[in-house]
Amino acid sequence: MSTPLYFKSVAELSSELSTKKISSVELTQAIIARTKAVDSKVHAFNSFDETDVLSQAKLSDERRSLGKTLGALDGIPIGFKDVISVKGQPLTASSNMLKNFISPYDATVTEKLKAVGALSWGRLNLDEFAMGSSTENSAFGQTHNPWDLDRVPGGSSGGSAAALAAGEAPATLGSDTGGSIRQPAALCGVVGLKPTYGLISRYGLIAFASSLDQIGPFTRTVEDSAIMLGAIAGHDPRDSTSFKTQIPDYRAELKNRKGPWKLGIPKEYFGEGLDPEVAHAVESAIHFYKSKGCEIKEISLPHTKYAVGVYYIIATAECSSNLARYDGVRYGHRSKEATDILDLYFKSRAEGFGAEVKRRIILGTYVLSSGYQDAYYVRAQKVRTLIRRDFLDAYKDIDAVITPTSPTPAFKAGEKAANPLAMYLCDVYTIGVNLAGLPGISIPCGYSKSGLPIGLQLIGKPYGEADLLALAHSYELEHSWGTRFPDLEAQKGVRL
Amino acid sequence: MAAVQIDINHLAKLARITLTESEKERFASQLGDVLSHIAELTEVDVTGIEPTAHASPVYNVWSEDVAQPGLSTAEALQNAPAQKDNMIVVPKVVD
Repeated sequence: MSTPLYFKSVAELSSELSTKKISSVELTQAIIARTKAVDSKVHAFNSFDETDVLSQAKLSDERRSLGKTLGALDGIPIGFKDVISVKGQPLTASSNMLKNFISPYDATVTEKLKAVGALSWGRLNLDEFAMGSSTENSAFGQTHNPWDLDRVPGGSSGGSAAALAAGEAPATLGSDTGGSIRQPAALCGVVGLKPTYGLISRYGLIAFASSLDQIGPFTRTVEDSAIMLGAIAGHDPRDSTSFKTQIPDYRAELKNRKGPWKLGIPKEYFGEGLDPEVAHAVESAIHFYKSKGCEIKEISLPHTKYAVGVYYIIATAECSSNLARYDGVRYGHRSKEATDILDLYFKSRAEGFGAEVKRRIILGTYVLSSGYQDAYYVRAQKVRTLIRRDFLDAYKDIDAVITPTSPTPAFKAGEKAANPLAMYLCDVYTIGVNLAGLPGISIPCGYSKSGLPIGLQLIGKPYGEADLLALAHSYELEHSWGTRFPDLEAQKGVRL
Repeated sequence: MAAVQIDINHLAKLARITLTESEKERFASQLGDVLSHIAELTEVDVTGIEPTAHASPVYNVWSEDVAQPGLSTAEALQNAPAQKDNMIVVPKVVD
C-alpha cells in the first residue's frame, strides 16, 4: 500500500508538487480531512482556519502555474505551536490569560516561511506558556500520544509532535527551553531539532525563559529538518541575541559532510533512571556509528547532575520576570471583580494563569527575592558556566555527543501530574543543551516492546547544525524507523 | 534533606497573584521539595567562576535611532480589554 499524502515527508510532497502530480490545494484538503478525522482523539490543535489555509494553497498553485514557485516549501502546510505569532490568527499559549488574543503581527520565522511560500496551518497545543513535559498543563485540554492515546505526547511542544505523528501536518514548528522540542519528538517518533541559541530569531515568540528559548522544526526526516532550518535560520535585528553567521545550504550539506565523526558518550547520561529498552536502542545506534568508522569515546560531563537544578532556578527566574507583563491592563485576561488597579493585577493573574505557571512564577520570585538572589540565581548562573565549559572542553576531542533524548518512552497521562519534581526530572538529558546554548536533535532510533517510539539525541558544536544534521542523516539513511506510522484507527478513542 | 520553608504569602504578594488557601498549602510543599533538590548546587565550588547570563556571544547590540514603521493605533489596541478614545481604560489608580 502506498503511503497516504498526509504521512509523506516534505521532500516527497515537494517533489510531487513540482511534477504537478498533486496541487497544494489537494494536499491541504487531504491534511484538513485527516485532521478532522483524528484530532478529536489526539487533540493536537487548539484551532485551525480552514478557509485561510485553502486560500494560501490556491495562491501557491497560482504561483506554480506561472512558473514562479518559491522553493521546496512552497505549498506545504506548516503547523505552528501556539506561542509563535501569525498575524490575524489566535495566539493563546494554551492559557486562559490569552484565550482571546489575536496576533497583530508575524513572528520573524512566520515571515520567513511565508516568504518561501509555506502555508500557515493551525495553532498547536502545548503546556501553558511552554511550561511542562507532557502537554497536560494546557488550559484547553491535554494532547494525546498518537502511538497510545492513554499516554502523553511529551511537552511542552506536544501538539507540534503529535500533529506530525498523526498525519495532521507535514511539518510543524515548536520551541525548546529545556527539551520542549526534542523530548516530544522522541515520545512521538519524529525528528525534532533545537538549534544553537541565537541561530533563529525569537521575535514574535511568546517569551518563557529568554536566555534558553529557541524555535525549531518537527519533521518526519532529517532531510526535512534541514529544509525547514534553512528557511527559518538567520540574523534578525529585532532579536538582540540573534547571531550574525553564514547560513549554509543545510540540505545540500547533508551529502557533502560524510564523517567519519568522533563521537562522545557521556557516562553521566547512562546511569540510574534510564529505561533498559531506551538504553538498548541507544547502544545499538552507537554500535551503528562505530560500524561506519566513527571513533567512539567515553567522555565525562561532570556537572550534568546539577543541570536540572540550575535550569529550574534560571528558567523560573526568567519566567517570573517575563510573565509580569500579563497584568490585565493592555491585553490578556482582565478580572471583572477588581476594585482598584492593584486588585486588578492580583485577580487577573489569579484567574488567567493555571497551576504550573503560578508555581513557576512563585519559585522564580523566590530565587530572585531579596536575600536569596546570590544563593540561588547568581550561583545557578555560575554553575551554568561550568556546564557549558564541560561541553566545550569535550568538543576539543570530539565532534558530537550521543545520548538518549528521554530516560523513558511516553508515560501514562496523569502519572506525573501530581509530582512536579518527577515531571522536571524528565528533562534530565535535554536541559544541559539549552543551558550551554548548543544545537541538539532527536531522531527515532527504535521502539519499545509495547510499540512506543524511542529517541536518540545528538548534540553538536555551537552553530554546527550542518554537521549535526549530516551525522543524523547518515543514521536515517540506513534505518527505517521514521517510515512507521501510528495506527489511530485501531485505537478506540481516549479512555480518560 | 529537610524541606525548605518558604513564606508563600510574601511571595504571592511580590508576584501579584492571589492564591487560594489550598494553592498556598500545595505550592509551599511542592516548592519545598524542588528547593531541597536544588540545594545540591551548594556543593559546587564556584570560586572565580563568572556567571553566564546567556550562551550567545553577542553583547551590547546597538541600532540606528531611526523611526521604523510600527503597528497602527487600532492594531496596537485590538487586544485591549477596555478602551476609549484610543486609550486603555483601567480602574482608578489614585484617589
